[in-house]
Amino acid sequence: MNRPRSLVSRISLNIAAVIVIVCSLFPVYWMVNTSLLPASSVRSTPPHWWPDQFTLKNYQEALGDQGLITALLNSLAVTGITVVAALVFAFLAAVAVSRYRFRSRSLFIVVILVIQMIPAEAMIVSVFRVLDGWYLINTIIGLSFVYIAMVLPFTIWTLRGFVAGVPADLEEAAMIDGCSRAGAFWRITFPLLAPGLIATGVFAFIQAWNEFVFALVIMTRPESMTLPIWLRAFVQATKATDWALVMAASTIMAVPVIVFFLFVQHRMSSGLVAGAVKG
Amino acid sequence: MSTISLPERTSSAAAPSDPEPTKKGRPFPWGPLALLTPALIMLVVFIGWPLVQLVIMSFQKFGRAQIFGAPPEFVGLDNYAKVLTDPEFWAVLGRSIALCIVSVVATMVLGVLIAVMLTKLGAVMRTAVSVSLLLAWAMPALTATIVWGWIFDTQYGLVNWVLTQVTGENWMGHSWLIDPTSFYAVAAIIITWGAIPFVVFSTYAGLTQVPGEVLEASELDGAGGFARFRLIVLPYIRSILMVLLVLQVMWDLRVFAQIYALQSIGGVREKTNTIGVYIYSVSMASGDLGAGGAISVILVVILLAISGYWIRTMLKQDKEES
Repeated sequence: MNRPRSLVSRISLNIAAVIVIVCSLFPVYWMVNTSLLPASSVRSTPPHWWPDQFTLKNYQEALGDQGLITALLNSLAVTGITVVAALVFAFLAAVAVSRYRFRSRSLFIVVILVIQMIPAEAMIVSVFRVLDGWYLINTIIGLSFVYIAMVLPFTIWTLRGFVAGVPADLEEAAMIDGCSRAGAFWRITFPLLAPGLIATGVFAFIQAWNEFVFALVIMTRPESMTLPIWLRAFVQATKATDWALVMAASTIMAVPVIVFFLFVQHRMSSGLVAGAVKG
Repeated sequence: MSTISLPERTSSAAAPSDPEPTKKGRPFPWGPLALLTPALIMLVVFIGWPLVQLVIMSFQKFGRAQIFGAPPEFVGLDNYAKVLTDPEFWAVLGRSIALCIVSVVATMVLGVLIAVMLTKLGAVMRTAVSVSLLLAWAMPALTATIVWGWIFDTQYGLVNWVLTQVTGENWMGHSWLIDPTSFYAVAAIIITWGAIPFVVFSTYAGLTQVPGEVLEASELDGAGGFARFRLIVLPYIRSILMVLLVLQVMWDLRVFAQIYALQSIGGVREKTNTIGVYIYSVSMASGDLGAGGAISVILVVILLAISGYWIRTMLKQDKEES
């Protein structure tokens, strides 16, 4: 679009941009900064604007906490199971929805969308009861099942776009060259889908890693807590005494998400809206 | 992501060679059904079935005794009557809606403004703004809440220190979370801060689709900046803004992790519950699953009503594609 011509408007525009940058970045910076300071300097005025008394003691202490290690392992197990299962199931469903025409196809799409709208907060009570009936409360597999169902609508929806984006003609051409239908699919279509599968997998990872409501209801025992649940309890217990330690634990939870997110963000930001709108 | 419409397919690798005739006499291939089965099972068992249970439970007396195995009895609309005549429910709903409106308006206005700003910035600044917004977007809601809680901390928080320096009065020791109004102000800041990036990037993607020639032509015709935005740019991004608005309303109305975590940092639970947290406390803490079920059903109905528009948009889209 057009650039403003006058010097004044260009300067004020850049000042506004700097304000936006500072507001966005500051909390992330403040988390890392506080986590690298000793507890004594966090409890002092004026505040330390940068880690001038740099220390890794908080990380050492946090990672020495048995509760955090247990929660970390639980989170890794649940997200691992969720990502793998959701990708396999969503991929098969996406192929069905985009490669075939069948009578209930649009009904299926409506169902997918409606499910997407149902808030987790409304489901906690009955999901708890259903899992309780199968003795799946406080189990990794129980929470994973719930997460798989939770991310499936979006993963199917996203993958559907990727599968539809691979022209069927390519498969047909491979079949003319002597591939079987399945062979053509695996050799031609599947490699072209890899970026879509990675993006969708990362989405499922972030959802499961950050999920709070179901984990709060289903994982009630200390030994079965996931990272977000453990972190909240940890904050309640230590906030008054040791914000530096809390910030180190928060950074440990946030960093994997931030790294993964930056890795696929361009896909996410286009994909999220592309399903809904054409500009 | 442009999708290419595909030719009709009626046969598949897994399908038998003679398709089963259905009632309408159209061949129904079994291939897609087999492919859909795993996903369908998961959705039916872990979303469909609990949803049915939820509706049933909302018409039952379901308290602690029933959790321990006593058979629940049907009580008709008792739970709904109890919830709808409870002043606390209306207080919670009102608070949720107010918080939602404030957060959504702030998010949309700031988001669109920043998106417009991005289109006018130079390449270096634009990249810098984009990267910083991405970092804010990537931050998990829970850790963001904890960090903001630390920034607003009563004793050593940055906000109190800065206010003390700027105003010359002593703000040290001021609690931001005890008073429900300022609790919600902090909550709205956290929610808005986390939601703006998504609105910015989506709106920016829409703005880049506006053809430059049209804008130049209108400028030559003497249209001012605001008129250009309203008459030319807005129609291009209207559908994106509508979808963003619906999504934001739905997300902010059911906000849970931020409120729950903020309460454990220093809020008063009874005075700051929003509807999501209220469902949790009624069902899990008080053990009244029947009432919790009724509130849940009410929340689902509200959200489905709001999202009806969005789903229609999606379906129209799908029809165009197929």
